[in-house]
Amino acid sequence: MKKLKSSGLSKEEIIQAYQAILRGRRLDERLWQLTRIGKTSFNISGQGAEVAQVAMALAFEPEKDYFLPYYRDMTACLVWGMTPKDIILGSFGKEDDPSSHGRQMPNHYGSKEHNIVSHSSTVSTQMPLATGVAYAAQLENKDYVALTTTGEGSANQGEVQEAMNFAGVKKLPVIFVVENNDYAISVGSKEQYANKKMSERAAGYGFSGETVDGSDFTETYLAFVKAVKDARAGKGPALIEMMVSRLTSHSADDDHTIYRSKEELDTLKEKDPLLAFEKQLIDEGYMTKEEMQAMDKELKAEINKATDDAEAMLDPTPESLYEQVYAE
Amino acid sequence: MAQKTMIQAITEALDQEMEKDEKVMIFGEDVGKNGGVFRATAGLSDKYGDDRVSDTPLSESAIGGMAIGLSLQGFRPVPEIQFFGFVFEVMDSISGQMSRTRYRMGSTRNMPITIRSPFGGGVHTPELHSDNLEGLIAQSPGIKVVIPSNPYDAKGLLTSAIRDNDPVVFLEHMKLYRSFREEVPEEQYTVPLGKAAVTREGKDVSIITYGAMVREAIKAADQLEKDGISAEIIDLRTVSPLDIETIIASVEKTGRAVVVQEAQRQAGVGATVISEISQRAVLSLEAPVAFVAAPDTVFPFGLAENDWLPNANDIIEKVKNTVNF
Repeated sequence: MKKLKSSGLSKEEIIQAYQAILRGRRLDERLWQLTRIGKTSFNISGQGAEVAQVAMALAFEPEKDYFLPYYRDMTACLVWGMTPKDIILGSFGKEDDPSSHGRQMPNHYGSKEHNIVSHSSTVSTQMPLATGVAYAAQLENKDYVALTTTGEGSANQGEVQEAMNFAGVKKLPVIFVVENNDYAISVGSKEQYANKKMSERAAGYGFSGETVDGSDFTETYLAFVKAVKDARAGKGPALIEMMVSRLTSHSADDDHTIYRSKEELDTLKEKDPLLAFEKQLIDEGYMTKEEMQAMDKELKAEINKATDDAEAMLDPTPESLYEQVYAE
Repeated sequence: MAQKTMIQAITEALDQEMEKDEKVMIFGEDVGKNGGVFRATAGLSDKYGDDRVSDTPLSESAIGGMAIGLSLQGFRPVPEIQFFGFVFEVMDSISGQMSRTRYRMGSTRNMPITIRSPFGGGVHTPELHSDNLEGLIAQSPGIKVVIPSNPYDAKGLLTSAIRDNDPVVFLEHMKLYRSFREEVPEEQYTVPLGKAAVTREGKDVSIITYGAMVREAIKAADQLEKDGISAEIIDLRTVSPLDIETIIASVEKTGRAVVVQEAQRQAGVGATVISEISQRAVLSLEAPVAFVAAPDTVFPFGLAENDWLPNANDIIEKVKNTVNF
């Protein structure tokens, strides 16, 4: 793995990155608990992709850049400005859920305040939207960049080709990301696409494609720094494939032990990118184990409080059923 | 006031709204230099530049998705889907996304998109090119479906659609594009969305219809008048959301209703109109509501088109059945 120092980030920034990764993991675990005890109806998770998502998101400027995520991107949304309470409000479907007032599916993150666009459950349909957002930047000579993500299974949808093709034709400031966790629910990636690397597809659209090891923070971060810089400079789009893990079942309605062996799952746990990142932090002298444990304790308290605060909020009223359909 | 065709009225509405509001932009297949396959955008790319009137790749999904992305950033996109039969390629953007963005984002986002698209039978365009698919979209809450029946309404409705903060599917019947002219004011004006028009007042029967079938209804009403039957014609203009009040007021007045649509019979706009009448005005009815619609078969090949499409004679027959019930 590349040294963290070569990322160019300060020690403080690296520690903040770790905090964001760990916050994502702990919050994700909380969302599973809430579903398992019947307090929320659904969860879909990004455990195993947190290191990659934080490395990705840190290369952008969330105050002006646009994020069109997919459902595993909670940790990246936190870096983009959402709070654990915002996320939990969405899972509870509360009136105060800032994404949609409890209308949208859980894990379909959106926030006007934070430039995050909520997506549809038909996978990858956020990609042409991102092309449109980037087209607006080009038409108005603004220097924001659009980031949009999807999985390696979802990347086989036709809309991805249409979005990338147009972005390539117009050289738009949009960065397409495939978070490759090797599974489309139960179907392995060999059944999903024939290329060696998903990123090879970029050549067909006339822009660059790169595959990075998403458990390598520095490699991932630097790939995005370059892509963002190029996009902002008018050099056009990029496709970045991040190799990540899916440590959990696809969603709360799925049981991955049906299609993944015990050996495979054990190996996945051993190779958890979070653990690898923690080892790297210790080995390279950024943090001690004790400091990490103290941070973990703080984060758990933060998430407990966010859960309690969110749960105490009001549900949408039945009378509001007819709202938000047309402009008032 | 000049006499204009519906296509001229549409081009004029686009031109004037683009001049007034620099956020209005047009894109689609062949809409730039070519001015659209029906010339609806003729001259606009020369006048407003390639950025505001642009050709896209052959990618309906991208057209729909980009319209959403652009409107998130404050534009008022007016994309063209070359024929509405191609809507299947962009259904996700329309019914899965733009119509729900307001709902999904807590009303923090407007979706001021107007999708223009030609459709309709009677001009010998095969199959998908003629299909009446408005019912598909009318089932999606959060989006409006507008179908003008004449040049004056086309200009005013299109202007309203572009200014509306919700997405609108604006369907232009190909047979109406150049088949007649009428007076259309030079200046901008609006015709409200969601309001039906009483095209002709009558006392014996209400003919409720929209699009090209309004012309057939007028022909039918002229003939029926000679036979001593006074028909009122309601032109829905917006088929979703429906102007139920105007429909019910007319049926309560005349006591008879004949609903006419060019689309196939099953599960469309006409079926909804009949359902609403039967729920709200059944005690005013002197006879069962009659329905004139195309058969539930695929839009036919050219020679059979005139047999397949509903026409004035079908309307006259149903009206007479209703009056003589």
